Amino acid sequence: MTTEFTVGLRAPEASVGTATAMKAVFVRDLKTAFRQPQDLLNPLLFFVMVVTLFPLGVSPEVSFLQQAGSGILWVAALLSVLLSLDHLYRHDFDDGTLEQLVLQPQPLFLLVLAKSLAHWVLTGLPLVLLAPVLGVMVHLEGNSVAVLCLTLLIGTPVLSLIGSIGAALTLGLRSAGVLLSLLIIPLYIPVLIFGTGTVMAASEGASVEGQLALMGAFLVLALTLAPFASAAALRISLSNS
Amino acid sequence: MWQIFHKLGSPKWFFGIASKLMPWLLWVGLSLLAAGIVWGLGFAPKDYLQGNSYRIIFIHVPAALLAQSVYMMMAVAGLVTLVWRMKLADVFVRAVAPVGAILTFLALFTGAVWGKPTWGTWWIWDARLTSMLILLFLYFGVMALGAAISDEKSSARAVAVLVLVGVVNIPIIKYSVEWWNTLHQPATFKLTEKPSMPAEMWVPLLLSVLGLYLIFGWLACLRMQTEILVREGRTRWVKELVQARGN
Repeated sequence: MTTEFTVGLRAPEASVGTATAMKAVFVRDLKTAFRQPQDLLNPLLFFVMVVTLFPLGVSPEVSFLQQAGSGILWVAALLSVLLSLDHLYRHDFDDGTLEQLVLQPQPLFLLVLAKSLAHWVLTGLPLVLLAPVLGVMVHLEGNSVAVLCLTLLIGTPVLSLIGSIGAALTLGLRSAGVLLSLLIIPLYIPVLIFGTGTVMAASEGASVEGQLALMGAFLVLALTLAPFASAAALRISLSNS
Repeated sequence: MWQIFHKLGSPKWFFGIASKLMPWLLWVGLSLLAAGIVWGLGFAPKDYLQGNSYRIIFIHVPAALLAQSVYMMMAVAGLVTLVWRMKLADVFVRAVAPVGAILTFLALFTGAVWGKPTWGTWWIWDARLTSMLILLFLYFGVMALGAAISDEKSSARAVAVLVLVGVVNIPIIKYSVEWWNTLHQPATFKLTEKPSMPAEMWVPLLLSVLGLYLIFGWLACLRMQTEILVREGRTRWVKELVQARGN
């Protein structure tokens, strides 16, 4: 742990630039995550299993799966991001790293942004990479699979960013997991609607540029606003403990 | 201006003012609501299409309007909590969140009851219904977070952050739900639009809306007073007040 400290976070007087600090936080999060590969794998396994439930539970017919496939994949991806959110700050909170982060001279919201991006690289990006395989399994057509991956690529960072607000708010609480889901799911709805809507439009042969642009707007909005809210929430949660 | 602001921050001052305001809010509100409902249910003309079933509008619309504006009021109070650390603002959020949730539920419930005779079904995934349902989820989230954090100060600020995040999302949710609905199916049903209503219908509606707002004001004052008594239980003025009333 000590080596990571010196790698990731220097003392304040070292006058590290903000970009350097963000990069350090980002790299540190990736490093610590790769020390526990199983934790990285779990959300992906969850994703695959939830998708498997639908053909088993509802109907394995091609016509149904083609129709519902994009929705199933999106809901499963959303849930698996939701499950992984608890890890975003938990370890750093437990070992005190988070307090050090708050004390850094660099603006906290930028460091939070770096952490959220690291979270996306660790959970959202693997989901995007796995999606084509599952897309074929639910009989989506080639074009739809491509559009699905594109929507997931734009949409999952939004999930990570909004989720980081909830993770910061519920930090250190009992039964934080369920509470986190309660707080965050309503906020995920727009992303879900546009994510599946875009794929549906693509499968009907309609143009999807407008909807992709709107999803891009969500991403920009989340990138600019969510880190501020998470940073504020982190300060509150830390003053609480 | 600043003096009023400081006074507003004082629970004791608010407690006194609220006590004076409450009878007015209650009685004026009750009589407006009663007038609106009696007029609406008994004397307003029948709708040529929906017959008598439309009369639930006199409960449905006030509840739905208030359910939405309570969240907006909570957002303003949340901002005040974060910026000026005013205790009363948080007391307000805590006091009205369950009221807002109940009003949202009431709007959904009366909507379902209304939907059965007019649309032939209790529930459809209509844009308005769905966004009200999501509003109900947001209320539940606020209540759950408030209950989960035991420390009063951090609980207040955490809830304020959540309410503000929610309020930024409300328009986004509303428009995306409308988009989603038009994407899947064209709007088959439309509520009768307001300007097309004759005066005998919208005047009682207006009366019951105003009445419900006033009654909400009364209820908010009452619940805030209770919350203040619980929070300030150790201060001298509360002890004196309770003793004076108890004897």
